Amino acid sequence: MSAVTPAATTPAAPADAGPGHGLRVFLIWLPLAVIADLVIWFVWGPHLPPGAMSSSAANQQSDIKIMAVLAAPVMLFVITYFSYALIVWRQREGDTEDGPPLHGNTRVQASWITVTSAIVLSLFIFGTVELVSSNGAGAGEGPSPIWKPGGSPLQVQVIAQQWKFTYRYPQFGGFETTQLVLPEGQWVAFHVTSLDVIHSFWAYQLGVKADANPGVDNVAYTKPEHNGEFVVRCSELCGLWHGAMFDYGRVVSLPAFRSWAAATRVQLAAVTKVLPPYATTYDPTVVPQINKALAKAGIGGANGYYYPPQDPVQP
Amino acid sequence: MLAREEARWWLVSLPVRIATLAVAFVAVAAAGAFIVIHYLLGGLPVENFSSGVRPNTGAQVNVVMQEDPQNTVTSKPDWVSYFIKSPATGAWVHTTLFTVPAGSKINMTIYGYDGCTPLRNPYWGRVTGTIGNVIGVNGKPTALLNSWSGCNVGHTFSIPALNLNVPMASPGLTASLCGTSPCTKGPHTVVTFSFMTPRHAGSFIWQCRVPCGGGFLDGFGGPMQTIGFMTGSMQVVA
Repeated sequence: MSAVTPAATTPAAPADAGPGHGLRVFLIWLPLAVIADLVIWFVWGPHLPPGAMSSSAANQQSDIKIMAVLAAPVMLFVITYFSYALIVWRQREGDTEDGPPLHGNTRVQASWITVTSAIVLSLFIFGTVELVSSNGAGAGEGPSPIWKPGGSPLQVQVIAQQWKFTYRYPQFGGFETTQLVLPEGQWVAFHVTSLDVIHSFWAYQLGVKADANPGVDNVAYTKPEHNGEFVVRCSELCGLWHGAMFDYGRVVSLPAFRSWAAATRVQLAAVTKVLPPYATTYDPTVVPQINKALAKAGIGGANGYYYPPQDPVQP
Repeated sequence: MLAREEARWWLVSLPVRIATLAVAFVAVAAAGAFIVIHYLLGGLPVENFSSGVRPNTGAQVNVVMQEDPQNTVTSKPDWVSYFIKSPATGAWVHTTLFTVPAGSKINMTIYGYDGCTPLRNPYWGRVTGTIGNVIGVNGKPTALLNSWSGCNVGHTFSIPALNLNVPMASPGLTASLCGTSPCTKGPHTVVTFSFMTPRHAGSFIWQCRVPCGGGFLDGFGGPMQTIGFMTGSMQVVA
């Protein structure tokens, strides 16, 4: 058994180890983080999606800015430390020595857990506040919204069907149209539903996105803040022509909206008469008028009526 | 040295690697194109109504179609289907793809041989996008068909991108609908209308809005989702 000298059991301190590394990493990281945050907030931020056309869009843009400002220093710290380690602690030519052994560090571990817990909890509180304070942040809140704006918002029903959205305005006689026109500076309540399969109403620049499910009234709020055009897309794969299910909406001044609504109401009076009375959802498999006609003619099945849900599904 | 070279026998030169990647890319692209053409377009013929017509001159083009309660010329005989009358031969062709010139007036005639099914949304009983926002139903000017008040609507011919929506009048509740496609006899309606094509080239999908996919849940599958039956494409050539 050979004798083990104390020198062999005690790891030698690396030649370049020293208390200055942490400070050096910090001094490199700090200006980078400050510059990145300033660029994100002032240069990139105003152009982040979905813009600031509505209250919910502006809110989402602000949230993305804040998240980016928080995330950039973390990402830069990782990159800085990684780069520093690669450069300073790289293996030099001819250096065949093993690296120093790693030991646990209670202070570092405690700091890591504390900092990450604080970040996650802060984000949880921030996210909740942002959801509540912005009346649902433009997302569908289901048929009984918890967070809603005060006053009486403009009611707009979004009816999805393969592969087109139509819009009903119950406060203007319940007319239905393929045009989505909204007034500037007024709260809008979208009542999103579907007549066939599952769709999703996504008014991109307004920051509104709500699923359109048959038989469900999914309510989402927003307040358009600026005049202009916005894109509406279906964001749920809904069949053959899902990709073609998009159109454009407009935000106009309040007087222009009133004028448009009054004119459209008159223009569409004939078709409004044949529409079912306004309801938050529709069950088009129940058409009393057709049922009567069919009963009179003694005809059932698909001829003159819908194929029933239990109709056998073929692969 | 020899051992090292032997160990690297699988290494190939840069030109060979590039060529291999190029071949692989072309193979994948070809497979994708085959899937699109074979399964999505199904190899359907495209009826050409733009031949010999100068685009953007306001020239008139006549397109004749029919919609049938069944389809006895394919492997899906119980699927409802549109047919297009070939401008070259005058024969009825099982396809829903056709080509028209840009900036032209399209005079459509559609024979409606199928019975009736109510529209999911009676809003689509309104005529839009045609010249004058009106259609002729058996020669009678019509701007709205109420599919919920009786057996009035069989299908629709709709091009969403052009805001074109035409409800197809039904011949009514009758048990003696045409039984062999393409139909040449039996009760039917004649729907006529005109519309202008855009002045630019493009592909414009068209569809039926009546849930007429018999045998599928709520009538939304089968012919409703299959090019060549109740949906297709109008190619505008500039």
